[in-house]
Amino acid sequence: MTNYYNLLLQDIRFKEGLSACMNCGVCTAICPAAEFYKYDPRQICNIVQTRDNEKIEDLLKSETIWYCGQCMSCKARCPRGNAPALVISVLRKLSQELGFFIESEKGRQQFAIKRSVGDNILKIGYCVHVDTVDPKLHPEQGPVWKWYFENAEELADRMGGNYNKYGPGALRIIGEKNLEEVRKIFELTGGSQLHQNIENFSKEKAKLTNTSIENEGINNEYYLHTYIENSNKHQK
Amino acid sequence: MTKNKHYWNQYQKEIADDNYFYERSCIRQSFFPGSETTFLKILREELGKTIIDDPNQHTCTGIGYHSDVVPFDTTMTVCARLFSLMKDAGFKNYVPSCVTSFGVFTEVIETWQNFPEELEKTRNFLRKATGREFDIPNNIVHPSDIIYKYRTELKNKMKYQLINQETGKPLKGVEHIGCHYGKIFSKHAVGGAEFPQVLAGMIEEWGGEVVDYPERRHCCGFGFRQYLVMANRGYSVANTKKKFDSMQAYKPDFVLTNCPGCTMFMDRWQYTIAEMEGITYDDKKMGIPVLTYEELAGLLLGYNPWDLGLQLHQIQSESLLNKIGIKYDPKDKFVGKSGTFLGEPNKPEKLIVDYEK
Ligand code: SF4
Ligand code: SF4
Repeated sequence: MTNYYNLLLQDIRFKEGLSACMNCGVCTAICPAAEFYKYDPRQICNIVQTRDNEKIEDLLKSETIWYCGQCMSCKARCPRGNAPALVISVLRKLSQELGFFIESEKGRQQFAIKRSVGDNILKIGYCVHVDTVDPKLHPEQGPVWKWYFENAEELADRMGGNYNKYGPGALRIIGEKNLEEVRKIFELTGGSQLHQNIENFSKEKAKLTNTSIENEGINNEYYLHTYIENSNKHQK
Repeated sequence: MTKNKHYWNQYQKEIADDNYFYERSCIRQSFFPGSETTFLKILREELGKTIIDDPNQHTCTGIGYHSDVVPFDTTMTVCARLFSLMKDAGFKNYVPSCVTSFGVFTEVIETWQNFPEELEKTRNFLRKATGREFDIPNNIVHPSDIIYKYRTELKNKMKYQLINQETGKPLKGVEHIGCHYGKIFSKHAVGGAEFPQVLAGMIEEWGGEVVDYPERRHCCGFGFRQYLVMANRGYSVANTKKKFDSMQAYKPDFVLTNCPGCTMFMDRWQYTIAEMEGITYDDKKMGIPVLTYEELAGLLLGYNPWDLGLQLHQIQSESLLNKIGIKYDPKDKFVGKSGTFLGEPNKPEKLIVDYEK
């Protein structure tokens, strides 16, 4: 049987993030996710350090590892110098490598993030760009954002930008040679493999649930499902 | 006294005084392009510094890294490519515009220092993928560190102060420091994670008063995947609400932030809370303006608020401009680069956006 603890140890952040948690609960006390969700970073650290393979597998398939907001408040406060946030990030990585993330509602959302932020990085060289924040999918951005979105070149350039043009400046086009190098880095360092895993396992899940999914983009049922659905039943 | 002073020295950090390599932020370029422009303008024109804005730069992957669609090996190597651009330009002081990037770069370098084999691995990855070499920067600072360092020089050039023109009293500012500025490595923050000084120092130097309130160090609620996915946004808005509920009693005139995510969320979630719950945190139902430190510095230096981009915020800033006594042309607010009037944004249902005295 796969030893999950050994797999976690392969990511350097796991070594950086956890050495002998004393279960004091300070991380949970400061944690904004613990206030909002039924969530306890102390417990996650404790389960992991027991090395109980079954319990770690449960974690990798759970909703709970997806509740953290990566604010790093826990790192600032832990008296042992631990970083539960890093431990959680490594658990998430392994969950995606093994395909366990599709077992949870919150885990399945990785598909929506990959198809937006993940693809943006490789296509345009930005995680986020004005053109990618469509007011229809972002009602919380309000009417000023819609106005800006519709007049982006006029407004961004008035503020000194260089919207979708070559040369330096905010919102410029990032040249193809640069993007090529970024893509090569992704291929060589596991970034593309992670994207492929998210795609493959998500497609499997879409098939199982009879949800339509396209090979690219965000105009498909599975994307919208993972982006929008909150069953309110994920908290056990 | 001397003892206290010595103790405080441990909370200081080195901030290079010139020759910077600038790295742009995806979020700042998109939401606050005027703030990046203003930072470069202040450095070059007000302070006479050299700062490079290389068109070949790209994302650090930060948002993707913290939402777990980019592995750490990839992030380290993408950061290394950015460092190689700095090496090509002949610079050694790296200035990432975003607090998320600042956190990513400090984490990457700390990893390389603690685990030299990771540095070797990254060098090999970068060489193999791109043929490039890089050096670790001598100094990594956030733009807010630099504005903080030169706050007195800038004050001497300012046309306005953070003083209420009607009452003659200091204006009250809430300072919100992005979590990744000081909470990952407190040694990289002026004042550490507990007492970060960059924004408080600016507010006090420029005539204002800093509001202390219970949830001062609480996260704005970005939470990466907790905002990026629509289904999770309750997390994000709940955290901002917690902060505003806590600061309301102190009646702040403005909020000042050093992280683009925080600026945007504390602005937009006030709008959302107003529309959903009918709650606003000021007495005019207009909300509390949330500014970047460059916007604030630019305003006090006398720059046109509409060139700074204040009209791109959902919470309008005229209440603050009037309190400071800043003159502005209301007609110029909705004009684009070409000089054409672009029409006005639609009005929210509950949040008031038109200022009447
Ligand atoms: S604060 Fe640190 S030692 Fe305490 S429970 Fe959390 S991880 Fe463990
Ligand atoms: S990083 Fe995650 S676990 Fe740590 S305090 Fe923030 S939300 Fe909680």
